[in-house]
Amino acid sequence: MNSKEILSQLPYTKPFLFVDDISRIDENGVEGTYTFDENLDFYKGHFKDNPITPGVILTEVMAQIGLVCLGIFLVNDVFNKNTSIALTSTDIEFLKPVYPNEKVTVISEKVYFRFGKLKCKVQMKNQKGESVCTGTIAGILRSSAKEDRTALE
Amino acid sequence: MNKEETIQELKAIVKPYIQNEEAFENLTEDTDFINDLKINSANLVDVILDIEEKYDIVIDNEAMEKMSNVKAALTIIETQLASK
Repeated sequence: MNSKEILSQLPYTKPFLFVDDISRIDENGVEGTYTFDENLDFYKGHFKDNPITPGVILTEVMAQIGLVCLGIFLVNDVFNKNTSIALTSTDIEFLKPVYPNEKVTVISEKVYFRFGKLKCKVQMKNQKGESVCTGTIAGILRSSAKEDRTALE
Repeated sequence: MNKEETIQELKAIVKPYIQNEEAFENLTEDTDFINDLKINSANLVDVILDIEEKYDIVIDNEAMEKMSNVKAALTIIETQLASK
C-alpha cells in the first residue's frame, strides 16, 4: 500500500484532517508532514489575539500521522468502513510552541502491534529540526463489529 | 509452576493497570481482569505482553480471548510453559 492510498483511506476530513503528506512508511514506522493553515478555526480562540497551536491539536497530528496512517498500512486491505479506530492512551511532553503557518514533521516508531492495539513512540519536529513534542501514543484498530464493542468498553 | 507464587507475580504485573484497589487487594483465582479489577481492554493487551515477557511464552489471539480472569491466565501460562 503506497502513501497516496493510505491518505485516501484516512477517516478524516477538513476541518479535522491533520495529514498532508507521508514521506516514508514501512512496517516499523512512518514519517509524515502537516502545515498549520493560519485560518484554522482554533487559532481565533487559542489564545485571544495570540495564536498558538493547542497541545491537543499537536497530539491529534501525532496520532493521525504516527498511529492511524501506520495502522492503515499495517492492517493493509483489511481496513474498511467496519474498522473501528480509537485512541486509547497518550503520554506526551510539549517542548516548544508551534505557530500558524509552521510545517511539522511527525516521526513514529512502532513499539508493538498486537491484538489490535498499536503503540508507538512519536516525535514531532519543526522546520528547524527542533523537537517540539515527544511521547507515546496507543490506539485500537479492529475490523469485526463485535470485537469493536469489546475494545471500546 | 507454584500457583501461589504465580498469582503473586500476576499481581505485580497487573498492578499498574488496575482501577479497583479493593478488588486488587482481595485478588483470588476468580478475580476478573476487566469486571473486577477494571483494567480497560486496551491495557489488558499490555498485561498480556508483560505476561509473555515474564514467562518467555507466546500468547496467541485464541488464548488472549480466553484470558478474562486470574484462573484462565494461570491455565494459559501453565499450558504454554509445559509446551516449551
